[in-house]
Amino acid sequence: MPLVKSVRAVGHRTVDIVWRVGVASRFLFQTLLQSGMSFRRFNLVVKELFASGVMSLVIIGVAGMFVGMVLGLQGFETLKRYGSESALGSLVALSLVRELGPVLAALLFASRAGSAMTAEIGLMKATEQIAAMEMMAVSPIARVVAPRFWAGVISMPLLAAIFSAMGVFGGYVVGVVLIGVDEGSFWSQMQATVDFQADIMNGVIKSFVFGFAVTVIALFEGFDAPPTAEGVSGATTRTVVQSSLAILMLDVILTAFMFRGA
Amino acid sequence: MERSKLDLWVGAFVVAGIAALVVLALKVGNLSTYNVSETYQLQAYFNNVGGLKATASVRSAGVLVGRVTSITLDTERYEAKVTMSIDKRYQFPKDTFANILTSGLLGEQYIGLLPGGEDEMLADGGEFKKTQSAIVVEELIGKFMFNKSESSN
Repeated sequence: MPLVKSVRAVGHRTVDIVWRVGVASRFLFQTLLQSGMSFRRFNLVVKELFASGVMSLVIIGVAGMFVGMVLGLQGFETLKRYGSESALGSLVALSLVRELGPVLAALLFASRAGSAMTAEIGLMKATEQIAAMEMMAVSPIARVVAPRFWAGVISMPLLAAIFSAMGVFGGYVVGVVLIGVDEGSFWSQMQATVDFQADIMNGVIKSFVFGFAVTVIALFEGFDAPPTAEGVSGATTRTVVQSSLAILMLDVILTAFMFRGA
Repeated sequence: MERSKLDLWVGAFVVAGIAALVVLALKVGNLSTYNVSETYQLQAYFNNVGGLKATASVRSAGVLVGRVTSITLDTERYEAKVTMSIDKRYQFPKDTFANILTSGLLGEQYIGLLPGGEDEMLADGGEFKKTQSAIVVEELIGKFMFNKSESSN
């Protein structure tokens, strides 16, 4: 009966997905519940802030600057057709602050820090360090997962802000210094169009949500990885793929809510 | 890694992130142009506000003196009621003109105040009696075409 078989396969997959989502939600709930230790012993979080935040600083800064430079070049080419090169500043700043800053910084963060988190926790599990902690009545979620979670949530908005600031600087270098757009109109047009609450704060909110999503996915995949070399490598790949998709999907939803008709 | 070195790096990271946010807010965004000084409210009715938006600037002789706080439709007069908050340092005569102007050809729209000669000043909640609406390009073209056809007859 091929029909019954295929329907059964669909059912099996659906149950599997729902089951995984349920496990992930319980994992998240446990992480939030056992976060107390992260704040009482904040040096645990500081250590993870170094691993995920400080170590991502160079890639975020350099990437932001390059993106800003490309925006400057491409924006100038397009705006020149309409004789409004002076709007280059607002084009660069708006696209960075609203979209590219939070999204690209989160994508880089997912591949730079998220994958490392998954691999680290997956390997901890494979080498039975997690089990050893449980044996010593130390909750691995409180000791290993929660500090990494908070470090990710804290560092993501900061990284996105650095990305945007570096991007604006890159756009300035290309637009004003190299191409020769008028400096005064570059900044004044930018300041006239970028609103602190509507644009900058919404960008910060976005990067918060992305940081939350990326760290939860990375930690859950690591914690859930089969304790084999193959399992850890598969989990790392899934982290990058799933968090990238989650970032882009959440971005559509958030943008639809934030900039509707604005 | 040593604790002190770790703290230093993380501290530098957090400071850099916050500094980036501050730069975005002040240099890129319009936070620095928000009026932090005391303000008073003035109103004006326009036939048409065009593309004027809340938070648009109010300028007199090119100097920023306030911001548009709200734009609503007055259903008694069927005119747009524009409320703006003006810096307390600046007072305007009662016969001041309020015009909706555009900076540049395709730029932002703002309200330009052209002071009159009267001695009495507008108080909080006062209203500009003399206003000029935004120039709507379609109307302008329409008038132009109308004049053309009239003159050719």
